[in-house]
Amino acid sequence: MAKEKAVPTWDVSDFDNWKTEDFPIGMVGLEAGNSRDYATGGWRSDRPVWDESKCKHCMLCWVICPDSAIEVVDGKMTAINFDHCKGCGVCVGECRFDALKMVPEHSEEA
Amino acid sequence: MATQTTVSETGNSFVATAYRQVAPEALFAYPITPQTTIVEEFARYVANGKVKTEYVTVESEHSAMSACIGSAAAGARTMTATSSQGLAYMWEELPIAAGLRLPIVMVNTNRAIGAPINIHCDHSDVMAARDLGWVILFAENAQEAYDHTIMAIRIAEENDLPVMPSLDGFITTHSISRGEIMDDETVTKFVGVHQPKHSMLDSDNPTMVGGFSTLGNTYMNIKKALRDAIDASLPSIKSIGDEWAAQTGRSFDHVETFGMEDADEAILVLGSAAGNVRAVTRKLRGEGRKVGMVKLRTYRPFPAAELADVLKGCKSVAVLDRSDSYGAIAGPLAIDTMAALFKAGVDVKVRPYIYGLGGADVKLEFIESVYDDLADLSDGGLNPGLTYLGI
Repeated sequence: MAKEKAVPTWDVSDFDNWKTEDFPIGMVGLEAGNSRDYATGGWRSDRPVWDESKCKHCMLCWVICPDSAIEVVDGKMTAINFDHCKGCGVCVGECRFDALKMVPEHSEEA
Repeated sequence: MATQTTVSETGNSFVATAYRQVAPEALFAYPITPQTTIVEEFARYVANGKVKTEYVTVESEHSAMSACIGSAAAGARTMTATSSQGLAYMWEELPIAAGLRLPIVMVNTNRAIGAPINIHCDHSDVMAARDLGWVILFAENAQEAYDHTIMAIRIAEENDLPVMPSLDGFITTHSISRGEIMDDETVTKFVGVHQPKHSMLDSDNPTMVGGFSTLGNTYMNIKKALRDAIDASLPSIKSIGDEWAAQTGRSFDHVETFGMEDADEAILVLGSAAGNVRAVTRKLRGEGRKVGMVKLRTYRPFPAAELADVLKGCKSVAVLDRSDSYGAIAGPLAIDTMAALFKAGVDVKVRPYIYGLGGADVKLEFIESVYDDLADLSDGGLNPGLTYLGI
């Protein structure tokens, strides 16, 4: 039975300053699915660029993205979440419509 | 009211009875000599409906400890038992159980590790697991093994630490001895109901167990928390032992002694050989010699201050190790003892011995010769350092 997702109550905002006794016993993560709070986009060296005009919204990139970085609203792709995209390029490799390409992270191209 | 029954059973049978009375929710085990009869007897209790444990006969010790970790993280009261090569095969999982702070109880039947292959008693298996964050208890006899097993579940759950009560292979596991078994109801009440802080099966409060922690100080903080917890468990073990003693009438101390009130020479020992040492000590004291024996029931955490206090009036002490720490200056118990004395500023001469490896006989005349060596040492004789006793 589907339950409403509990509101996160685990405050990790001051994590970098935690003392030994601040960590949960055994390093149990007290909130599941909190990887969304940890931005990993800085690991990227290459970046996917999305051409909306070519996109058929087939959702193949959404299915295969290992970081759930393809943002979708009402069945339509809307953007790439660069807080979490690590630039692996799997979406570019799988796109059947040339709607995605990789460029170097420092490129001006958007 | 607590009612005890006097029985004559093997050490393993005492332990299997304790397992039945503790009634873990889950047990994962693989048989290995001389542990086999513990898990065999417990399997019979399960098959006959005497206990409602989920008993899984896994394919190896590696799997046994892995399954224990999953089960304990899910919030179940979880136990297993092993020995020797089996404990060695679990090694990868042992520090994980401790690092995740899972209250798993595992009796180890102390047996030599190969090579050469050997099924008999020494402490080389348990000593190789001494630095991993497990609480380790040594039983002198079947009665202590029974008591420690029941205490262990409380120690584990109240300190969030895995606990390894140990008893000596064959000497204690397979010899029939007399002892007392507590009534089931008293044990049930004593161990209580396990209230896990988190459960991986609690879908309303999902948690993450076994997370990654490489960069930054998280790993080091978690390890310091483990160090703090095992240090803090020392008084907790004592108070749980006292609480059990109030039911049984059998006292518990980390450090137990005989004749230490006026001893000039003392022998420190773990496990079943304490009986041999006590017998010789009693005989020599009858002849007017000022000798005493000391045994530890708690080995990790190490009761350093208590031990130094007991030994401080002596002139010389022999530490008998039933395993070596190859390349170190002595066996593990002797190294711990020297460190404890140094830390406490107690200046007592220490002579380290290795005895009884692979079930080698621990004859009473060997113990007597150790006391003679110590008398010489007390008189200013040379300390030849590490000595293999009896060969």
